[in-house]
Amino acid sequence: MKALAGRYVDLAIWLGLATLPYWIGAAGGYTSLGTRVVVMALAATALNFLLGFTGVLSFGHAAYFGLGAYGAGMTIKYLVPSTGLGILVGVAAGTAAAAIVGALIARLRGVYFAMVTIAFGQVFYFIAFRWNAVTGGDDGLSGWRRLPIDLGFGSIDILGNDQAFYYLTLAGFAVAVAVMAALLRSPFGRSLLAIRENERRARFLGIPVEQHIWLSFVVSCFFVSLAGALYALLNNFADPHDLRWDQSGDFVIMAVLGGMRTFWGPLVGAAIFVVLQDYLSTLTDNWMSLIGVFFILVVMFFPRGVLGMLRRRKATS
Amino acid sequence: MTQLFLFNVFNGLIIGAFYALMALGLSLILNLSGVINFAHGGFLAVGGYLAYTLMPFIGFWGALAVAPLLTALIGLLVEFVLIRRLYGRDPLYSLLLTFGLAFILEDGTRYIWGAATVPFDIPDWMTTALSDQFFFLTGYRLFMVLLVFAAVAALFLLLNKTRLGLRIRAGSGDLETVSALGVNVRVLRNLNFGLGIYMAGLAGVLAAGMLGLQPTIGSALIMPSFIAIIVGGLGSLPGTLLGGLLIGVASGVVTVFFPSASEAVIYVMMGVVLLVRPRGLLGEEGRVQ
Repeated sequence: MKALAGRYVDLAIWLGLATLPYWIGAAGGYTSLGTRVVVMALAATALNFLLGFTGVLSFGHAAYFGLGAYGAGMTIKYLVPSTGLGILVGVAAGTAAAAIVGALIARLRGVYFAMVTIAFGQVFYFIAFRWNAVTGGDDGLSGWRRLPIDLGFGSIDILGNDQAFYYLTLAGFAVAVAVMAALLRSPFGRSLLAIRENERRARFLGIPVEQHIWLSFVVSCFFVSLAGALYALLNNFADPHDLRWDQSGDFVIMAVLGGMRTFWGPLVGAAIFVVLQDYLSTLTDNWMSLIGVFFILVVMFFPRGVLGMLRRRKATS
Repeated sequence: MTQLFLFNVFNGLIIGAFYALMALGLSLILNLSGVINFAHGGFLAVGGYLAYTLMPFIGFWGALAVAPLLTALIGLLVEFVLIRRLYGRDPLYSLLLTFGLAFILEDGTRYIWGAATVPFDIPDWMTTALSDQFFFLTGYRLFMVLLVFAAVAALFLLLNKTRLGLRIRAGSGDLETVSALGVNVRVLRNLNFGLGIYMAGLAGVLAAGMLGLQPTIGSALIMPSFIAIIVGGLGSLPGTLLGGLLIGVASGVVTVFFPSASEAVIYVMMGVVLLVRPRGLLGEEGRVQ
């Protein structure tokens, strides 16, 4: 019965996302806002693979998001004007960096892990910020744009057509989410849950904990850098702030706000956060304070997140 | 060349003293309460701006004495109203809370005092160089280093010679036992948080005199402070002090040869320490896991 209800929820979510360009205008939004929601949802879901399902607190995911963004932008600007290759290079850069950093930190736990991820996150920010000639420094990487995707038998115009780019992003999201869901159902994913619930017991059962945490970190960062690459393509721009610690915090709050123990939570959280940020930044110059207050309210009153609360209410009634 | 080298080493020492002051406050809070105070940089800015506002009325010395205390008072209040509710929960939540707080403090200082850099006047005699040969050695810089060392010495005296210090140290090791022995842990954590914020406020006043004041002054100093803790070792205050000075001097020395790598070097140091000695130079065994 429960599985059936879950299937209906999945169906409703996919239907909603697939038809988004057709109803978001009526709801007061615009297509590229929808694209932003999907990109952020991808990043938050990927972070939650680590945060919610492995129980490891990473607070530096913006670094890999930003590497994806700069990787894509710089490839298109300096190397080959190809959207597909840009995405590929961005994802490769983010994942490679994550594999190295992950190897250094997989032994650390809890608050200490969080602190080290924050600190490492800033390395790439400084590089982007300082290496003016190549990255554009504080002004960001501009002077390039996404290009139509050439499929051989025809091309998809993702530049002029917002909807086409939305569907490209959604396709990326769908594949990523399907892979992560499959991983979580696999023995590997079950081991991650075991580590989250009781690391010592997992270790006694013979699960190589450090190796699993490392792999989970790399998988998570792989999809985060995909989100980053798509985000740069969405804006035709890579911003050093994509790499900064406040962006990492935004991803975490999205996951928590939606419900980090639920699979769809980060999507819900990303939707609320992105729409709210869009709305607040048109409303007042002090939106940063309001976002800060929002962080505090979420922590104080919705620590389980929207979906976590819904699920709990259903369980008690 | 020697002069340039000495200049940068001394500069690094000053910056390192700052990092250490910041990081010691962070470390105090982290060790006792398990909270990474992301808003530490925000409190630093508040300390600087409070001193800036108070100075016309009570002068430099008055502001130096009062502003950190006022900052600490705000810290006590924040702990009392917000942070204490999150003890014992997943560290994720306190991290997010102080994160939001950092946003509010930065935006709040910008709202009250404006986004532009405001000058911070220090007594005239401090701005002149002490000798022609060592032009960089102004009275203020020397004073700053001495004051930081005095503050650090006072902190270690407090921790080692007073009952409060004893309880903070004991609580950082095993809070449950300390509580069972009849110490009011709520008050202890509150005072400890205030103490940490006091150090941030003091760092803020000193930084204002050297760099001038702008709302983002805190967020620029907080990352190196994290690295100071990681390099020095979690759970060890002497380690934090060492870590701060070490990365400060290292970035100073590297500035001589590769100016653009002055920030990168501290991250490299962190990477090397994590690779060779994950618990940090003076870190206690078992703390990191």
